[in-house]
Amino acid sequence: MEYFWAFVVGGALCVVAQILIDKTRMTPARILVSYVVAGVVLTALGLYKPIVELAGCGATVPLTGFGYSLANGVSDAVNEYGLIGALSGGLTATASGIAAAMIFAFLAALVFKSRPK
Amino acid sequence: MSVNKEKYKKLADKRAVKSPIVKNCVKAFLTGGFICLVGQLLSTLYTSLGIDADTVKMLIPVTLIFVTALLTGFGLFDKIAKHAGAGTLVPITGFANAVIAPAIDNKAEGLVLGLGAKIFIIAGPVILYGTFASALYGAVLWIVSLFG
Amino acid sequence: MIKFKNPPSILGYASVGGKEEYEGPLGAGLDFHDSENRFSEKTWEKSEASMQRIALNLAISGCKGEKPELKYIFAGDLINQCTSSSYGLVDFEVPYIGLFGACSTCAEGLALASLFVDSGYADCTAAVTSSHFCSAERQFRFPLEYGGQRPPTAQRTVTAAGAFLLSDRPGKIRVHDVCFGITNDGGITDANNMGAAMAPAAVDTLMRYFDETSTAPDDYDRIFTGDLGFEGWSLVKELSKEQGRAFGENYDDCGLLVYNRELRDMHAGGSGCGCSAMTLAAYILPKMEKGELKNVLFVGTGALMSPTSVQQGESIPGVAHLVHLVADDRR
Repeated sequence: MEYFWAFVVGGALCVVAQILIDKTRMTPARILVSYVVAGVVLTALGLYKPIVELAGCGATVPLTGFGYSLANGVSDAVNEYGLIGALSGGLTATASGIAAAMIFAFLAALVFKSRPK
Repeated sequence: MSVNKEKYKKLADKRAVKSPIVKNCVKAFLTGGFICLVGQLLSTLYTSLGIDADTVKMLIPVTLIFVTALLTGFGLFDKIAKHAGAGTLVPITGFANAVIAPAIDNKAEGLVLGLGAKIFIIAGPVILYGTFASALYGAVLWIVSLFG
Repeated sequence: MIKFKNPPSILGYASVGGKEEYEGPLGAGLDFHDSENRFSEKTWEKSEASMQRIALNLAISGCKGEKPELKYIFAGDLINQCTSSSYGLVDFEVPYIGLFGACSTCAEGLALASLFVDSGYADCTAAVTSSHFCSAERQFRFPLEYGGQRPPTAQRTVTAAGAFLLSDRPGKIRVHDVCFGITNDGGITDANNMGAAMAPAAVDTLMRYFDETSTAPDDYDRIFTGDLGFEGWSLVKELSKEQGRAFGENYDDCGLLVYNRELRDMHAGGSGCGCSAMTLAAYILPKMEKGELKNVLFVGTGALMSPTSVQQGESIPGVAHLVHLVADDRR
């Protein structure tokens, strides 16, 4: 059942973005930014956690999940360290993803070359 | 000849061939759902290997980013993405591709201001606004905790 | 409108293209192509420069009779400060006049090069232009490997270069007169709908031309606009009807000719300086040479935006320059 919900919720989050792109001509960059911020806001309001519990990767793999990690990281860090946690918590929680993207990008750039399409 | 901008813009919008939105949505649903399903399968796989839950949470995005790097490098990602649309954009794969593609593409402008700077062209704003929103949330939590 | 006293002849011409262009409907008319689109260079910007060099060399070597001595080159392209032209043509050691007219550069260059010959300041001049899908994509849109979806109104930048030699020698095809365009802002802000941004400029130039020459669309064998694609082409048809001079079957757009739109991801058709240049050199001029077309209006259309102006949300002004080509059997 967890696979079913992962598929459906993940797919549904993509459909919302697709409608925004086709109807409003929103650029992909704006979609990504909106999704991350939406993830933070929904988590702050306590609305995203139930979705994660239901859908697992269906909610954590989309970029709203990135926002969810940021918000959770901040929440934990504030509990532990006080106000400074508001600055340190988010990036700490998402560091592996950001670092992986940067490092794999660098390695890919060394290995591959730009090709026509 | 002068055109009435308002009127012309309406005419051009009316005339413009529309995106096949239903078809696009179906494709976005299927690919987006599939990527999330792969994430879920990875979660099961890593857990069954005896890896602890927190590490698994980190390993899933890292794996998907790695696969995106390979697909982007071999020139396959954009071929999938032009069909998938938001289906590959919204999952972490879209974020990863937005970092990896400019890295490969801007190598010619040098390792520092080419590759180094351009990898953040789309990822930068995502990290900035995500971090900003979460910091704001953290500040609110802290203020609430003072009274709590 | 400028009517020439000594209409210059088109002494030689050549076109160079990439893989998609070679496989397209006009591919057989290309003088040279590279299926790798690289033209033996490491960066796409240099590939584009290389295309201009090859095109001009082929245009010169293809001239019949005594080799012409080039006096001036008029060239332009889309890449930043027109580097494809200046880098590509640096070895010719001929006075060089760089142009920016966006995708109207082919017609703009032809018109200016013709003026220099007509006025007697030069006996032979060249107009050269190019665009490359990869360098344009990098500058105006996204990195090449970036995965994105393009709306159906978007056009594909044509990977091609064209070179044309204008001369005071006798020749079958002559530039009879030219009409420079007025920039025209239709209020379109969507960089994925450049055809719509350029259509009012094209109609404006054509209507002024018909007024000044007291002619009508039907007086010409064919009327070609540069790179309006399907959106712009259909808008031109509509606007021309509103102006009381409806274009008929003889109106075509190079962006619709250069690719088979049913195939692959061509969306609304081709665009870029190379689109009209390639169509002129690989399709229109050969047809005029064969006598299938005698009286042709070639209207280069340009969308005058930059990546910065688009990001700032400014609307996109268009411009269209007209070149009237006449094939004459009298020689």
